[in-house]
Amino acid sequence: MKTITAFLLILSLPCLCRGQDVNVLVQKVKGKLDIVNDYQATGKMKTNVAFLKVPIATVKVYFKKPNKLKVKNEKGISFIPKGTVNINMNNLLSSGKYTVLDAGNDKIGNIVVKVVKLLPEDDNADVVLSTLYIDETNFVIRRAKTTTRDNGTYELEMSYGNYTSWGLPDKIIFSFNTKDYKMPKGVTFDFDDGTTVKKGEDKIKNKKGRVEIDFKSYTINKGVDDSVFQ
Amino acid sequence: MWKLLQIETFKIFRKPRTYLAFAIIAAFIFLIQIGLFVNGRDLMKFMIGSLDETMEIDYKKLVNGYWVCYFILNLLLVHVPILVALVAGDIVSGEANVGTLRLLATKPVSRTEIILAKYFAIGLYVFVLLIWIALISLVVSIAMFGTNDLYVAKQSGVQLIESGDVLWRYFYAFGFAFLAMMVVAAISLLLSTLAANSIGPIVSTVGIIVICTLVSEMEIPIYQTYVKPYLFTTYMLGWKGFFYIGSTEDGETIKGSIQYLPAILKSVAALLVYIVGLISASVYIFRKKDILS
Amino acid sequence: MPPIIEVKNLSKKFKDVTAVQDLSFTVNEGDVYGFLGQNGAGKSTTIRMLLTLVQPSNGEIKIFGKDLSSNRKSILRQIGAIIEKPDHYKFLSAYDNLAIFAKMSGIKVSRDFLMQQLQLVGLDQRAFSKVTTFSQGMKQRLGIAVALVHDPQLIILDEPTNGLDPQGIADMRNLIINLSRKRKKTILVSSHLLSEIELVANRMLIIHKGKKMVEGKVSELLDPSRSVIRIETDNNDAAKAKLIQSKWGAFLQHSSPGIQLNMNKNDVPQLIDALVFMKVNLLSVNPVNSLEDFFLSLTTQPGHVETTAN
Repeated sequence: MKTITAFLLILSLPCLCRGQDVNVLVQKVKGKLDIVNDYQATGKMKTNVAFLKVPIATVKVYFKKPNKLKVKNEKGISFIPKGTVNINMNNLLSSGKYTVLDAGNDKIGNIVVKVVKLLPEDDNADVVLSTLYIDETNFVIRRAKTTTRDNGTYELEMSYGNYTSWGLPDKIIFSFNTKDYKMPKGVTFDFDDGTTVKKGEDKIKNKKGRVEIDFKSYTINKGVDDSVFQ
Repeated sequence: MWKLLQIETFKIFRKPRTYLAFAIIAAFIFLIQIGLFVNGRDLMKFMIGSLDETMEIDYKKLVNGYWVCYFILNLLLVHVPILVALVAGDIVSGEANVGTLRLLATKPVSRTEIILAKYFAIGLYVFVLLIWIALISLVVSIAMFGTNDLYVAKQSGVQLIESGDVLWRYFYAFGFAFLAMMVVAAISLLLSTLAANSIGPIVSTVGIIVICTLVSEMEIPIYQTYVKPYLFTTYMLGWKGFFYIGSTEDGETIKGSIQYLPAILKSVAALLVYIVGLISASVYIFRKKDILS
Repeated sequence: MPPIIEVKNLSKKFKDVTAVQDLSFTVNEGDVYGFLGQNGAGKSTTIRMLLTLVQPSNGEIKIFGKDLSSNRKSILRQIGAIIEKPDHYKFLSAYDNLAIFAKMSGIKVSRDFLMQQLQLVGLDQRAFSKVTTFSQGMKQRLGIAVALVHDPQLIILDEPTNGLDPQGIADMRNLIINLSRKRKKTILVSSHLLSEIELVANRMLIIHKGKKMVEGKVSELLDPSRSVIRIETDNNDAAKAKLIQSKWGAFLQHSSPGIQLNMNKNDVPQLIDALVFMKVNLLSVNPVNSLEDFFLSLTTQPGHVETTAN
């Protein structure tokens, strides 16, 4: 009996060790993110949603710990997807109340990443499940897939460069679900220019949208006024 | 011909009714602007449709001078044709009614010249009217609401045109609107040559436009296939085509582009055909007409 | 000298109604030509055809020796017209109305010239008042100014005294006489008032139901020595046929049921002798006494009458 228990313990040691590893890994990532109290970033935002035609916008992204985030087009108009607040990874990690599970490894491009699943302990939380693809070398999140209770599933893909040490990406691609576009009838009196939308394709496209933000510069920990987030 | 044109233009701009048209349209536009100044955001919310379920919308920026002007022009789809018909419908039949037509027709000018001069004089009136509308709907709206990107909604989707890419589109749109109104003028003129009083041609013109617009908009297959392509109202909306911007596969707008220019050019051609046909018919009828009034 | 107006076989049919039928007449230079007929006789339709307001169904019109249909502009440049009640642009002043029509007539206008024209018709003091404030007489005077502003060679007046008071009628009459005698204009004036035509015209045509009844010199038609004699026989057709064969046929006015001749009253006994000689059984011989009677006799009996007396 003792032999079997010992054998089982020995077998489970790597698992236990790996469990500890992913917890440590997540803490290291969180620790890196915690260095940033606030930032202002300038970037170009490209929106790819089936029923939207919008120009590439010059935007400013404001962040303040723990979870305030605002994307603003200072000059023009931008349609900012609801849920953009979730591009901030701190939203996922700040509570600390989650179960971390090791889901193995994967590759993003040429980079081997650790796949970690986060299960919030709060049953009432909006986030149901998050899957993080963590770069173990730089302790940054390369990809995140999050399923929420009210806002469906969204996906984030981050590329890093100049601000890797701060855990801040150079580029974020944010994919999200969209609702079918409906316009009240008789409002538009469209000009029939002969262009027709392909029906089948449109049904699929209508369900997903994509926003890409290319960050040019960050101003980190210099203070951000709360009025910006109103 | 030039002399006749001067005379016909003089007559149009000396009639009080002409200035009534300018006053009416100004009042109408001001009312819309005031309404939007007070409740523009609420209206925008309604018009945005389901978009605000997915997107954060800055309503304050959306309700800007360019959008207000675009909104006004959409509302004027029937009203401006009425004002054109008011002048054009009276231009022959009005003179028949008061008896000056017989005096006009005994002068050493051809009946063709009379009709053409009247039509070109109406053209000058339409031109001035559109300049007036542009001043009030665009310039005043910009003064009241400022400028920003232009939000354009279609049944199939929404687009934003950068503010620096908007003004030239209005220039072409008003140019196109001029052509569209000249079709209305041609219809009114034709009806005016047939009638002995002004009410008939004016009301008939408006009736034709309303019916044709309704048929164009009705999504009944038989009308869409066999009737709509031949209705002038189908092509009158071509000015909107200047606000349908081209885009990449990813939905990124291409500055300075038009989504489908051939459609606009087709509309221009169709409207020109209507004008030539209607004016030719007017000339033919007027040349053959026995003036008994 | 060719006639100023030469009309041959002119006809106009509106749907089922024949307004003018086979009408021929000439107007010579210097004539004041009266165009007389009841309301609806076809006077206005004829005048409108002369002015190219109405297209003839048939026939030929020459004015100033030129075909009207192919020389319309050059002919109209030399015509001034008042068609029934003259109408103007009520929202414009007298000056503006005159300026418009003067320009359309092809003449160069100046302010001084236009004011002079208005002075001639007594409207210079009201030159810049809107026509809507004018009385009927003032509108008539403006119409005259418009008709004469380009100094036309031919003046056509269609019922010019309609709606005028006695003073207005007298003024119009004096104007016509003045234009004819002093300014040597050729004038065609239509009316349903014989009395007015008698006073101004030197030649006249009577039209009835679209057809010419008589054409001739007013002096001859009014000549007290001439009379229209109406004859009744037991066989009018046979009598008429015999008259046509004789010299008396030239005076015959073809009508039925009776026989009428326009002739010198003193020749009546000779006529009776001739009829007896022709073995015509006379039932009655009566004069038609005045031009009024003559006119009424023409226009109340069926058929048409022609004379060639010029």
